[in-house]
Amino acid sequence: MFHIYCPHCCEYREEEEFHASGQAHIPRPLDPDACTDKEWGEFMYFRANPRGIHHELWVHGAGCRKYFNITRNTHTYEILEVYKVGEKPSVVANEAK
Amino acid sequence: MQHYSGFGLLKHSFSHHENWQRVWRNPTPKKKYDVIIVGGGGHGLATAYYLAKEFGVTNVAVIEKGFLGGGNTARNTTIVRSNYLWDEAAHLYEHAMKLWEGLSQDLNYNVMFSQRGCLNLGHTLQDMRDIQRRVNANRLNGIDGEVLDAQQVKEIVPVLDCSDRARYPVMGASWQPRAGVARHDAVAWGFARGADTRGVDLIQQTEVEDLIIEDGTVVGVRTARYGDIRADRVGCVVAGNSSVLAKMGGFELPLESHPLQALVSEPIKPILDTVVMSNQVHGYASQSDKGDLVIGAGIDGYNGYGQRGSYSTIEHTIQAIVEMFPVFSRVRMNRQWGGIVDTCPDACPIISETPVKNLYFNCGWGTGGFKATPGSGHVFAASLAKGEMHPLAKPFSMFRFHNGALVDEHGAAGVAH
Amino acid sequence: MTQELSKQSNRLQDGGRIDRSKPLTFTYNGKQYKGFEGDTLASALLANGVDIVGRSFKYSRPRGIVAAGAEEPNAIMQIGSTEATQIPNVRATQQSLYNGLVASTTNGWPNVDNDLMSWVGKVGGKMMPPGFYYKTFMYPKSMWETYESYIRKAAGLGRAPKENDPDIYDKMNQHCDVLIVGAGPAGLMAALTAARAGARVIIADEQNEFGGSLLSTTEALNGKPAAEWVAEVVEELSGFDDVLMLPNSQVNGYHDHNFLTIQQHCTDQFADRAPNGQIAQRLHRVRAKWVILATGAHERPLVYGNNDLPGCMVANAVSTYINRYGVAPGKDLVLMTSNDNAYRTALDWHDAGRNVVAIVDSRKNPQGTFVEAARERGISILVSSGVIEAHGSKRVTDVSIAPLNEVGDAIVGSVVKMAADTVATSGGWSPVIHLSCHTGARPVWNDDIVGFTPGVTVQKQLTAGAINGAFSTVQVLDEGLSAACDALAHLGLSKPDVVLPEADVIEEGKAMALFHIPHTKPTSKAPKQFVDYQNDVTAAGIELACREGFESIEHVKRYTAMGFGTDQGKLGNINGMAIAAKMLKQTIPETGTTIFRPNYTPVTFGAIAGRDCGELFDPKRYTAMHAWHVERGAKFEDVGQWKRAWYYPQGNETMQEALDRECLATRNSVGILDASTLGKIDIQGKDAREFLGRVYSNAWAKLAVGKCRYGLMCGEDGMVFDDGVTSCLAENHFLMTTTSGGAARVLSWLEIYHQTEWPELEVYFNSVTDHWSTMTISGPNSRKLLEKLTDYDVSKDNMAFMDWKPMTVAGVPARVFRISFTGELSFEINVQANYGLHVWKELFEKGAEFDLTPYGTETMHILRAEKGFIIAGQDTDGSVHPFDLGMSWAVSMQKPFSFIGKRGMQREDCVRENRKQLVGLKTLDPKAVLPEGAQGVLDPKAPIPMPMVGHVTSSYWSANLNRSVAMGFVKGGLDKMGEKVYYPLADGRVIEAEICSPVFLDPKGERQNV
Repeated sequence: MFHIYCPHCCEYREEEEFHASGQAHIPRPLDPDACTDKEWGEFMYFRANPRGIHHELWVHGAGCRKYFNITRNTHTYEILEVYKVGEKPSVVANEAK
Repeated sequence: MQHYSGFGLLKHSFSHHENWQRVWRNPTPKKKYDVIIVGGGGHGLATAYYLAKEFGVTNVAVIEKGFLGGGNTARNTTIVRSNYLWDEAAHLYEHAMKLWEGLSQDLNYNVMFSQRGCLNLGHTLQDMRDIQRRVNANRLNGIDGEVLDAQQVKEIVPVLDCSDRARYPVMGASWQPRAGVARHDAVAWGFARGADTRGVDLIQQTEVEDLIIEDGTVVGVRTARYGDIRADRVGCVVAGNSSVLAKMGGFELPLESHPLQALVSEPIKPILDTVVMSNQVHGYASQSDKGDLVIGAGIDGYNGYGQRGSYSTIEHTIQAIVEMFPVFSRVRMNRQWGGIVDTCPDACPIISETPVKNLYFNCGWGTGGFKATPGSGHVFAASLAKGEMHPLAKPFSMFRFHNGALVDEHGAAGVAH
Repeated sequence: MTQELSKQSNRLQDGGRIDRSKPLTFTYNGKQYKGFEGDTLASALLANGVDIVGRSFKYSRPRGIVAAGAEEPNAIMQIGSTEATQIPNVRATQQSLYNGLVASTTNGWPNVDNDLMSWVGKVGGKMMPPGFYYKTFMYPKSMWETYESYIRKAAGLGRAPKENDPDIYDKMNQHCDVLIVGAGPAGLMAALTAARAGARVIIADEQNEFGGSLLSTTEALNGKPAAEWVAEVVEELSGFDDVLMLPNSQVNGYHDHNFLTIQQHCTDQFADRAPNGQIAQRLHRVRAKWVILATGAHERPLVYGNNDLPGCMVANAVSTYINRYGVAPGKDLVLMTSNDNAYRTALDWHDAGRNVVAIVDSRKNPQGTFVEAARERGISILVSSGVIEAHGSKRVTDVSIAPLNEVGDAIVGSVVKMAADTVATSGGWSPVIHLSCHTGARPVWNDDIVGFTPGVTVQKQLTAGAINGAFSTVQVLDEGLSAACDALAHLGLSKPDVVLPEADVIEEGKAMALFHIPHTKPTSKAPKQFVDYQNDVTAAGIELACREGFESIEHVKRYTAMGFGTDQGKLGNINGMAIAAKMLKQTIPETGTTIFRPNYTPVTFGAIAGRDCGELFDPKRYTAMHAWHVERGAKFEDVGQWKRAWYYPQGNETMQEALDRECLATRNSVGILDASTLGKIDIQGKDAREFLGRVYSNAWAKLAVGKCRYGLMCGEDGMVFDDGVTSCLAENHFLMTTTSGGAARVLSWLEIYHQTEWPELEVYFNSVTDHWSTMTISGPNSRKLLEKLTDYDVSKDNMAFMDWKPMTVAGVPARVFRISFTGELSFEINVQANYGLHVWKELFEKGAEFDLTPYGTETMHILRAEKGFIIAGQDTDGSVHPFDLGMSWAVSMQKPFSFIGKRGMQREDCVRENRKQLVGLKTLDPKAVLPEGAQGVLDPKAPIPMPMVGHVTSSYWSANLNRSVAMGFVKGGLDKMGEKVYYPLADGRVIEAEICSPVFLDPKGERQNV
């Protein structure tokens, strides 16, 4: 049961107020019509899904209804950082490979 | 292989059970195999078993980072059914169902497959339309199924509240009599024993750290414990780690790994003889032969590899169970746990070639992999043996997410199970 | 009182924390017994000399009480005086005794004392090693169901009630600085420290009073009985406003980010049904800044032959029964130990005036305070020895004792037999680390204490006392203090003045690691040596599992079922691991531990569900006119959370008769639908129009103020997921409507695109569904009716089809939309929700002359189906794009911005031939109504599996057309007009239908355009 800091409400609130919306930083291609089927499929469906550091989009659905990003360890469930949409994460995974 | 039977038990009881053979060996891997299966869960072990038994490929290793059957095989709620909507999925799960029906005898290992039937409840008019649609499709696909009204449901499950007291009263259900439950650990152990007997090396406590890829072709795996082990073909069957393995192959999969939780009550005297599932109220239950109510919850919305989810999910599930079965209010929850399920966008699995030559993946079973175990193993074994995907596996290529040929089973997959 | 006592053969004359002036009567297996206030059910049963409290699961062996707390495996009772108040599987050691308590054992036939099944266990037991069922019951295949029915007969402990629970359960959210789990010496010391520092403290303990081990110790604190110190601390704590003390409360789950659940027994400790108005149990959901686990330790029994006979107990439990409950559960005690600590049990037994036959110590040279005390009392101590077997049938009568070698794994001399009725054993203490493992931390083996202690965690968790392997009172108190100080430092609070109470200094010799006592026979042939009592797991069983290749501890556990009971292996797991480790020639840490999962002890479903069932299971949403529908006798349909009027039967009308009447009335005069549940989203901002163009598949650039337009909403995959009419209220102001069930999804869909993809667009969304009441009047007389309620000119010239106008209706400001989902002349009147009922009633007032007929969702479905209008969710399923629906008119491929869905619907599989397409279906027999969900085939004689071409999505009897109408999917259907499809039904009928346009009525749309 996560305790999540909403960067818009500036408060810790219970997980039940929030909803996870998948991997963050997957921009919609600017020119969809120029995408191949493969590129479009990858935009829609293919995900990094890492075990470890993960940047993900959440929404404070039962609160301010605003979306924001969380950097979270998907193994320990520690929340390492919370930041607004449009911002870059400061905590990133070490790419071993 | 030592044959198991009641007579054997009697015989061994005279020697105080001191002379039972090992169920499987604990071999040191060879340098090279025809096929390496990464992942010693139910699906991986079934793949190895059928490779050896049906397709004559015995130079096979199963490499497991923990213990055999220790992943989702050990963590699911053991429901087996084949009443899926779309032809592609229905045929695949029905293929599995037919194998289930002779599995104990085939393996000479009692997997306790108990065809006590499964009810999928409908609570709204649209639920009932969907049930009609699915059952009609099942029937024309040769899969048993009936649509029941609330009265008929009540007759099958007297403890289910079919009254108007409920927030979403039961309107009816689909009923698959051949569906049921099986003893999950026994499935893994039975396949393991059968594979081992036929020469398959089961390598436990050995984590694959990398895939060895040369010129776009996989040629083996790298392990910390035994170094490089080479193979002509590699099949990855690693639910809960599929994306991690795919990354070693240099590609992504259309998967998200989520926690899926389940729980059991304390053992109580038999009171629930079938599997009861509800998508709308969002819970399902069956009762094991030990007396535990085995209860399932939905998946948590976030990605998680922690084999645990959030308490609110458990809370909602218990609410659903007490809503459906008010007489369970005073029964107590003994234990909860979680697994990691790799979910696909269309709630169907991936049984597929990959961008790496000779590397195959069997993954993405989401919340419903257990029921497919023998069928999944069988079609994956056929594909690995021939280097060409089995016809039942073809619709489940990972490349369907490029061309759009999805098989959307969200309705039939419904509540996580 | 003397009489009460005399019946309680094992009750001591004095001592303990029971109140001998308050006798209680209870019923056990139909017989009445007496106990005292302060007893548990277990202590009262022991006081009355009840030996057998259950029969074992597999072998039906008689079982007695073993422990005194949460770790008890055997004394599992059915409680309840009425059918509705039955509680299965209550641990007698955790149930307070109350007057009128009714308990019974959960198995044994004809009764628990003389169980005929035990003969099956004795005879058949030899054929039931672990996993025996995997090896048999396979042949003949057809017999499995019969075999299973017999296996199933033996299942379960207690039973569920047959009637619904009359009790109420509650939940409470709590926040605190420090949650202290356990109110023994460590927990109390920590609580006192934190409370004095001003922290918000919650302290919870599973027992009925605080004090933990101090309630049953003979040690002194500050030179006084320890319980006095407990009373002082409890009193001081109760004086703090910010301290919440929860006795009778188990902390059962430790979840991520320091979220913990506590099950508080509010009244169910004192009655099987809560007194009127009170709640039975409360579930506290706690978010703690810091957690101090002061959960103590469970003593481990030793494993020896027939160690499950009644009379075999854990040493400390015996002390607890004597010191806390004034019960000596026997007469002649043999104590077997591997450590000094357990000597206290022999001292307590002796001091209670009972006979200690011998202390059997596995060590060569025990020394220490308690050892000396035993010697002073003249108690016989046998060193380097072990009890290898207990004898007796329903209670221990004798024990066999043998000398052991130095490591305790072999017998090195001759066996002597001694008479005794009680065997207390101690193999040391297992820290209660369960909660510390719930979020994934792995425990660490500690050789010094021969046990696992908490591992590294990411939670804000501290531990104090026996959980860390600190067992002396001095050490435990000190750890409580320092854990609290650590927490205070993290919280930025300063350490208050606290002085540790002075405790007795006790010298203890080194304990020996001992788990499994050897027998003269090999384990496989020795009398059963139980590791897990509840699941009948024996040492021989574990050895067999290892021999068969089940080498991981998880395999051992799963193969033997060790630790799967309701006690979750609290007593047995470490012993089992040790036996497996020895068999595999590994150390215990190499063998590993299984993972602890919530719950620590079982939690009532009702308590977890709380009040969120029945009426409160999910909110019910009602429209402002709901009461009117109820009064009118409407039947309701659940649509999302909404209760929508489904149809309005009159008199003895059947459903079909009601629908026919509603349909005809609407097409012939005027009908009215409560459409308030439609999702309504107010959209404003200078880029609102641009935004609409991106999320809908059709064009929005030119929609003028005052105009309405239908739109389809697709996912990025091109598949339709919602639809509705959006109206232009002003240049930068729109009102979007959605399906009733899809409103929330659509709003978040708009928000996520706006916030994450196109934040540069200035647009705002607001859900206004509940702000408006919507009533649709439809039919040729609808205009005439509206004219009676408004002065506004609603003529065709002033208010064309697809116009909306603001006006006053029934004296109330309204927005009226001239849109139609029935194909008739229709007006959708929207008024502020609190005027809804008024306007609705006015409509009926004025509508009487037109026989205004209310119709529900079913008639709405029929009327729209006659017109071929789709319902998203019924005629779509997430796998169809607008072209599949034959709605290419609603897609504008020319829009400059690549709208959501455009790219998706052009993927290879979406543009292929032979996709399933939505068409009309005209049955050859006009009276035949296709069942919705029927699957179509082209060749009904084809063998199974029969190739299917698509299913019926909507199908109705149309009273207006006097025939059936249907829509459904057919592969390539749009190019197959006039061709036949067959629907083989479950009852054997095959309905034949012709593919046609889905528009069955008024194909030119003239009726809505008048």
